[in-house]
Amino acid sequence: MFQVSLQHFLVLSAILFSLGIYGIVTRKNAVMVLMGIELILNSANINFVAFAKFGNFGFSGQIIALFVIVLAAAEAAIALAIVLNIYKTFINVNIDEIDNLKE
Amino acid sequence: MSESLLVNLSIAILFLPLLGFWTVVILGKRFPKLYLFEVAILTIVFILSLIVMYAKLSYFPKDIVSEFTWITIGNAPNVGSINIDLGIKIDNITVLMLFVVNLISMLVHYFSIEYMHGDKRYTRYFSYLGLFTFSMLGIVLTHNILMMYIFWELVGVSSYLLIGFWFEKKSAADAGKKAFIVNRIGDIGMFIGILILFTNYHTFTFDKIFAQINSGNIPFGSDAWLTAAGILIFMGAVGKSAQFPLHVWLPDAMEGPTPVSALIHAATMVAAGVYLVTRIFVMLTADAMLVIAIVGAFTSFIAATIALTQNDIKKVLAYSTVSQLGYMIMSLGVGAYAFAFFHLVTHAFFKACLFLGSGSVIHAMHHEQDIRNMGGLRKKMPLTYATFLISTLAISGIPFTSGFLSKDGILAGTLAFGKLTGHWLIPIIAFTVAGMTAFYMFRLVLITFHGEPRDHHKYDHAHESPKLMVVPLIILAGLSIFIWYTPNPIGADDGWFLKSWVKTPTQVTPAETRFPFMNNENHNEKINSEEHGEIVHSLEYTETMHWAHYKAMFASLAVAGLGILLAFMFYSWKKLDADKLAEKIKGLYNFSLNKWYLDELYDATAVSGTLNTGIGLSWFDQKIVDGAVNGSAWLTRFTSKLSGLFDTYVVDGLVNFTAFFSGFIGLNFRKLQSGKVQTYVVFVVFAVIILLIFFKPF
Repeated sequence: MFQVSLQHFLVLSAILFSLGIYGIVTRKNAVMVLMGIELILNSANINFVAFAKFGNFGFSGQIIALFVIVLAAAEAAIALAIVLNIYKTFINVNIDEIDNLKE
Repeated sequence: MSESLLVNLSIAILFLPLLGFWTVVILGKRFPKLYLFEVAILTIVFILSLIVMYAKLSYFPKDIVSEFTWITIGNAPNVGSINIDLGIKIDNITVLMLFVVNLISMLVHYFSIEYMHGDKRYTRYFSYLGLFTFSMLGIVLTHNILMMYIFWELVGVSSYLLIGFWFEKKSAADAGKKAFIVNRIGDIGMFIGILILFTNYHTFTFDKIFAQINSGNIPFGSDAWLTAAGILIFMGAVGKSAQFPLHVWLPDAMEGPTPVSALIHAATMVAAGVYLVTRIFVMLTADAMLVIAIVGAFTSFIAATIALTQNDIKKVLAYSTVSQLGYMIMSLGVGAYAFAFFHLVTHAFFKACLFLGSGSVIHAMHHEQDIRNMGGLRKKMPLTYATFLISTLAISGIPFTSGFLSKDGILAGTLAFGKLTGHWLIPIIAFTVAGMTAFYMFRLVLITFHGEPRDHHKYDHAHESPKLMVVPLIILAGLSIFIWYTPNPIGADDGWFLKSWVKTPTQVTPAETRFPFMNNENHNEKINSEEHGEIVHSLEYTETMHWAHYKAMFASLAVAGLGILLAFMFYSWKKLDADKLAEKIKGLYNFSLNKWYLDELYDATAVSGTLNTGIGLSWFDQKIVDGAVNGSAWLTRFTSKLSGLFDTYVVDGLVNFTAFFSGFIGLNFRKLQSGKVQTYVVFVVFAVIILLIFFKPF
């Protein structure tokens, strides 16, 4: 029987993290960047839960994961509100073109 | 009459001629008659000096000193404070000199009124005379050697001005210059001597210096320095009193107006050197006195030999002056102090008379000075002739004249000196010179006044001079008679001049440095008894002087008589032919006629030496000093250029490079600052990866 070990979780989390970074770096659309951030947060959640399961920490890993989910929800709500405002201002959500602060 | 009145009168005597000088020199152009003011001042000054002399000699046996502090130098290193005093000292010598100087100066003023008549700088001439009189009186009155040096230079200046009075004539201008420069050589020595004394005693006052020496404090603790100080100060007298080797200026000084020659270059200024030596006489050591005696003897001999052959009436008198000054100096050197001063006074009168007489002759002959063009003037100018003859008798040393007394004393002094010290050469020279003096003076008289006139044109126009010129001659000739100095015509020792007026001062030098005869064994007893007569010399000296007295008198009469006889043989009776003799001893004759070739010698050595040194120094200046200056300028420019280059390329290059480098770095790094968050994220990721690799937490 195929045994699921800590390494598998960590590899999964690393893949998710890398995908998240990739999303953040490559996407032009601000919403897609936010989704990359969600991916990174979730890869961290996986790590927390995995370590909680295999380590001797009690339930603190799961609890922090719950906190992170809540945090992610709030963050997504605020970020989307910002994106909407940006859209209102620039009629655009392409982050390459939103560079007025540079000037 | 109180002492302070005497002092005030003396100060008035000193400064009145200066007042005359300034008044005439400033206002003389506007008021041409102002020379009378100068003459009047001199008359007043003469009367004052007569009063001062009478008062001092009669009522004030002690010396009167009046001084004030001129400069105080506080905190001089090692000595504390130094006071430099100015002041006057009135003693018998001073008042006698005051009388002599003022009398002759006044007579010369009167004489000049006629003699200089019509000169275009008439008033200027009188102002110069005033300046000279002031300076000379300063020398006479001062009580310190610093003031004496200052007035010493002032008489030098006035002498220079008056010698070169007719400066349009090149010879006169040159003579003035020569007198000034030659005097300067002597003055350098005098100045060094003064500084030796000042360095040691921190005072210029004669009496204080002498007191210090008397208490055994000699310069730098060595007799040699004392001797050196004496000889160096004597060098001033060598210049001013025309002693060998600096006598060459005096004959040339005859380029000045004749009354000036009488006043300055015969009677007073040239006697200032003798006066200086009488002032420092007490600090002269035996060695210094011997040097002085030899210089004086040698000078009198040289000058007398030259005077034998000169044909210019003033040149003969000039060399006779040099010769007589040599006599006085020699007399001081052999310790016959009183006779030296006596001769100074008598010589001043008869030599002034001779010069003014020659002035009278020159005036009558319309500025002819060559005696070969004169002759027979006796009949035309009886008064001039008579006074000239009396003075000639005086200078030749014929009895019943003042010159006989003083000269006889000097000769006796040299004889005694020869006997006591063994220096027989000095009396031999002295007697030879006495004979030669009689010869050349009578030669002058015989050629000028006797015989047949040689230049009839000039002779016919000749006439006796006006009263203003003749009266001074008569006064001066009168003063050449013995009666003013002593009642005894053949011995001056008992006369008032030597007995109560002029006494040899006591030497202050350490006893072992004096001549033995300058020490008196029982000096202390005598000085308390206030006994008159010589208290300075030893008994042996007094005895020797007695021994020498008659011997010297007969010997001097014999040589003078021989000289006069020879002069008559040559020039009056024509028993001997002077020209033939001159032909026979041509070498000697030319040697004398050309003044021992001393001028030529000085031209060849000192003058051309100075010129060549000047040329050499100028070359050195132009080539070496200028070269060094220019070289350093070039070097500075070169280094500036180098440092400029260094600045431009290295320093600026470094600065510019820093700027460029910063710019370059900035330019490259600003590309990272793209403003794109995604790029930053990539950087962060790579940075974290790199950090992880570096720190390897696992």
